Amino acid sequence: MGGLIKSSIARKVAMALSGLFLVFFLLQHFTINFTSIFSADVFNELSHFMGTNPVVQFALQPVLIFGVVFHFVMGFVLEIKNRNARAVKYAKYSGGANASWMSRNMIYSGLVTLAFLGLHFYDFWIPEMIHKYVEFAPEDPTRYYPELLHKFVSPVRTGLYVVSFVFLALHLWHGFASSFQSVGFNNKYSVAATKFAKAFAIVIPLGFIIVALVLHLNHNH
Amino acid sequence: MNLTLKIWRQKDATSQGKIVDYQVKGIEGDMSFLEMLDVLNEELISKGEEPVVFDHDCREGICGACSLQINGEPHGPDRLVTTCQLHMRKFNDGDTIYIEPFRAKAFPVVKDLMVDRSAFDRIQHAGGYISVNTSGNTIDANAIPVNKDDADDAFAAATCIGCGACVAACKNASAMLFTSAKVSQFALLPQGQVEATDRVLAMVNQMDEEGFGNCTNTGACEIECPKGISLENIARMNREYLKASMKG
Repeated sequence: MGGLIKSSIARKVAMALSGLFLVFFLLQHFTINFTSIFSADVFNELSHFMGTNPVVQFALQPVLIFGVVFHFVMGFVLEIKNRNARAVKYAKYSGGANASWMSRNMIYSGLVTLAFLGLHFYDFWIPEMIHKYVEFAPEDPTRYYPELLHKFVSPVRTGLYVVSFVFLALHLWHGFASSFQSVGFNNKYSVAATKFAKAFAIVIPLGFIIVALVLHLNHNH
Repeated sequence: MNLTLKIWRQKDATSQGKIVDYQVKGIEGDMSFLEMLDVLNEELISKGEEPVVFDHDCREGICGACSLQINGEPHGPDRLVTTCQLHMRKFNDGDTIYIEPFRAKAFPVVKDLMVDRSAFDRIQHAGGYISVNTSGNTIDANAIPVNKDDADDAFAAATCIGCGACVAACKNASAMLFTSAKVSQFALLPQGQVEATDRVLAMVNQMDEEGFGNCTNTGACEIECPKGISLENIARMNREYLKASMKG
């Protein structure tokens, strides 16, 4: 077992599986957010369910936090190992000749996404935890949409969200499709899966950008 | 054509190296890259200077001895060729060409452009073989039916010449393409099944111990491989490794 924890392939598979888990979470998060631009009531209802359901709050939420922390800590561990694997750098290195920018800069797109998560936790998750589990405020099932709208008043915050989603798209462009290869899925059937992953990498972050912009504009009109 | 060469010079494994500029004149497009370096070395020797050390052997792309990171790419800008097969017609008069050794902690520089690639030998020794009784009782390999697709894939994997371009190209200096080719060529064939579990565990373990980086699926290795070894081999090795880990 000790060998498995240190093994390069086991780590690679763990990175892929945690990434795939986060992709599923992203899809769920996006689906709920997307309802906010059509119906405040539906958004409130779904948010109320997610915010008060004990299975979501006390089982799924800790798993999600573990998944996020595991993914970025393992990302850093592998980045350090990989940098050490080439102590003397090339004087001239043509990385762009044989690999995409996205695949070569996962650490930077990941760091921007991580910084965004810090902002996102500051904006939503921490106030939510304080509201529910520190102040024990009475639950108002209609509070979610106005709170959401309020956060997107600032053009600076809206802009930061939009830029972060662009980096998320860059991260997903390589990461999602690459996770199939990591778990050993590379054959004639994986071509379609890879195309789906590339489409997902564009559509979902673009959807998040649209939600942020619509909410910003909704508030100003 | 006349060229400016920026070549990594390093006296020995423990000395500090540096890039040194050289001018070469009258290089023909039909010369191979190594012949161009031969011209430079003849000049250096005639001037009483130390020639540039580089690995080479068959000079026909099958031995895996030649290496060189040329303008930031292993075996230079051409595809599916080794440095010995790279022709100078791929360059233009007046070009500046960077020539460096394959860089990886697991490939220490011996001198100038020559690196020690014995880490690959140790990975191979860890399990890249099948144990066959050859004491007068050898069984004809063709006696066991093999699916044609598997035979073709095994043969494609077996074309790896172990030059190390995959490691040199990878931003992480990962050796997974090499190791996966050596695992695959046996994993695909019935003769390789007997030792399959121990083989993949031992070879991956040795690869990790040598200090190569981790694969992040950039695909640079596949693009730069002079033999076109496919990334499918890495996926297969991942499957084989997971299967072997479950089995123990």
